Amino acid sequence: MKFAVKALSSGKARAGVVHLGSCPSSIETPCLLLSTRKGLPIFISPDLLSSLPSPDSNLLQFSPLHLEGASSTLVSSGREVSKRCVNIGQEARWGDTTPNFDSSEGPSPKTISSIGGLHQMVGLHEYGFAAVARDSIQCLPECGSTNKTGASFETPCGRRLIKPVEYMEMITSMKPNLWATLADEVPAWANNKRNKTSVDRTVKWLDECIARSPAGGAVFGSIVGGSNIEERKRCAQEVAVRNVSGYWIGGFGLGESMEERPSLLNAVTDNLPKDWPRMICGLGLPEEVLQGVAAGVDLFDSAYIYHLTIGGFALTFPLDRTEKIDYNYQLSDQGSDRTKINLRATVYRKDATPIVEDCCCYTCQNHTKAYINHLLNVHEMLAQILLEIHNTHHYLGFFRSIREAIKEGCFEQFQKKFVQSRREHLAADVVSV
Amino acid sequence: MALRFEVLGRFNRARAAQLTLPHFACQTPLFMPVGTQGTIKGLTTDQLEEIGCQIILGNTYHLALRPTSELIDELGGLHKFMNWPRALLTDSGGFQMVSLLHLADITEKGVTFQSPVDGKPMLLTPEESIQIQNRIGADIIMALDDVVRTTITGPRIEEAMYRTLRWVDRCIAAHKRPHEQNLFGIVQGGLDPVLRDICVRGLVDRNLPGYAIGGLAGGEDKDSFWRVVAQCTAALPEDKPRYVMGVGYPLDIVVCSALGADMYDCVYPTRTARFGTALVPEGVLKLKHNAMVNDTRPIDPTCACMVCKNYTRAYIHCLVTKDAMGSQLLSYHNLYYMLQLSRNLHSSIVEGRFVCDFLQKMFPKGDVPEWVCNAMDVAGIDISSCCSS
Repeated sequence: MKFAVKALSSGKARAGVVHLGSCPSSIETPCLLLSTRKGLPIFISPDLLSSLPSPDSNLLQFSPLHLEGASSTLVSSGREVSKRCVNIGQEARWGDTTPNFDSSEGPSPKTISSIGGLHQMVGLHEYGFAAVARDSIQCLPECGSTNKTGASFETPCGRRLIKPVEYMEMITSMKPNLWATLADEVPAWANNKRNKTSVDRTVKWLDECIARSPAGGAVFGSIVGGSNIEERKRCAQEVAVRNVSGYWIGGFGLGESMEERPSLLNAVTDNLPKDWPRMICGLGLPEEVLQGVAAGVDLFDSAYIYHLTIGGFALTFPLDRTEKIDYNYQLSDQGSDRTKINLRATVYRKDATPIVEDCCCYTCQNHTKAYINHLLNVHEMLAQILLEIHNTHHYLGFFRSIREAIKEGCFEQFQKKFVQSRREHLAADVVSV
Repeated sequence: MALRFEVLGRFNRARAAQLTLPHFACQTPLFMPVGTQGTIKGLTTDQLEEIGCQIILGNTYHLALRPTSELIDELGGLHKFMNWPRALLTDSGGFQMVSLLHLADITEKGVTFQSPVDGKPMLLTPEESIQIQNRIGADIIMALDDVVRTTITGPRIEEAMYRTLRWVDRCIAAHKRPHEQNLFGIVQGGLDPVLRDICVRGLVDRNLPGYAIGGLAGGEDKDSFWRVVAQCTAALPEDKPRYVMGVGYPLDIVVCSALGADMYDCVYPTRTARFGTALVPEGVLKLKHNAMVNDTRPIDPTCACMVCKNYTRAYIHCLVTKDAMGSQLLSYHNLYYMLQLSRNLHSSIVEGRFVCDFLQKMFPKGDVPEWVCNAMDVAGIDISSCCSS
């Protein structure tokens, strides 16, 4: 993996370029990692993936926990281990009584190796995969059950405890382009003692992971520290002296407030070398992404697209940076906040226009709001597929505007204007009532 | 009449033809995926075109409930609404009579349903069914028939058959777009050859653009099933398409094609995909099965679809029944399989080497079921090379 910073704006925000072995083109940063489940997007099938802008859409986030099989320790926490797993967004089917159930989620590491690794297994040879244990959608860190032997996560298949050795076994078999070391993430309200332990533990696991690091694949050192500035600084400094190719910033999106976040982020990035890429989890909303960019983060995952999609929402906020703020904007009847629309609303029943008029995504080029409204109404899977395509496309466009603003040296203004314009609509609503 | 049907090749009773419809020129024998509510579950129209889908079935009953035929009409018809450039067929809503019978009351006037959406009574008359289908705008529309299960016996079957003929006249009278939409009549009569014969003659007299064989695929034994198909195809006009409704399993499609049928529809490929079952030349492959967890072979090494070219059974195993993607990928493969089967049937009839390849792959030990042997006998096709002794 190669990374280089190409431009700076407002001191810390950087535009850069990352090159991964498997991707034919370099990818510009700050960039969005698309969420996947078991290596493929949740709804967008692989042949439709290519309809998204390239190479922006070529970086995928992946959690080895999605595929962990017999090698990890099962902690059933009282639940029957034999219950079939359920994917959020699908109809629940429990208690499969066929004799052929298996408790693992996926093929064994040995099988994955024999297939040739993750890229081969999911048929996405020209994509880049970033492996992180935490996926902000379905594998959430469960710090209460984490102990000195491993990190605990709540997953659709119950609680799982992953030890560094098991994690590395999965990483080795999957061969992602880059991967984060196993971390002990705590929520913002964790007490100081627990928080300090999490930093010590994360650094210890980092060393254990690096020791088992496979050849090839860039290792990103994990940095935690909760909502304690000193611990954040300490962890960053510890990891900064390790032999890693980049940094994964964990523990965000776990309860810290918008107000306290910038100083916590800066406490980390101020203590990291400038030349290595920084990746973060848990900053999903546009305003949160902007905070991350302002602090000098380069790679972002986001659960935002997923939540919008399963809620029936489509992003519509303007991507055109020259658009003026409309101070006279009135909230329309359907309660749209001009950032997104909910296609379940009956007002769209006969709307034969695309979600966003000049959007060139597959969904907007081929389908109308009326059709998607119908699909949502009759609970058809195609609705989520079309929405995930549009929302991903739109959010990638947002990241493109961020990069342009940085390259033009006006990121700070861009951030201010963006945040302000979204607040204006709420203010206008208050006034108009 | 808004279609052209041209036979391009024959193999005894089997025909390979070109069926030219207003929106698309199709090759038969063909399989129609079922897109009940204006979509094939989990697949985009692009993907359907990619795998060679020629015509999709939409369900009048469901579409009339949501989003309503008036709305579809207002937005330019179902083709435009779902953005499907090729052919569409809508059924009449009649099958729901059989499948939702406890909610239905059938009289000469029509069928009263209880709407599952809001509980209100819904009356489906032949006129109403045709009006709804006129608004939806499919290339082929089906007459409302009085469908009874083949497992029922007694005077009800005769009553239903005669009513079907009376209703078809009402459908013809109500049909406002005969130059854009082809109204097919449906042969009923249960398993009774006498009734079936009366119905066929009655429908042929009405000189419709095409004919369907209905009332089957509902649990009758295979031996009765193929005999009804054989009788009807023998009596229906040569120069018009024959559609066996609700069929079905690949083996059934092969047999019916051998007997001279041209069109098929079934939810089976997509429904079974959602339960983790893949269609393969040998029959089915249950991907949920434990044995698949580390199987690094593709679902079907002879299949050229995107799924078989890129994925292992092991990977699909971990997706099926748990993730939306599993349903999508398996549905994609299963539909590709059915459409490829259709293409193979068409070309093998044209090239005169029909049926044996298929049976050899499905029954490598030569244990071809007796009903298939009997049917092929009647179809005049020698399958002795596929059968053991």
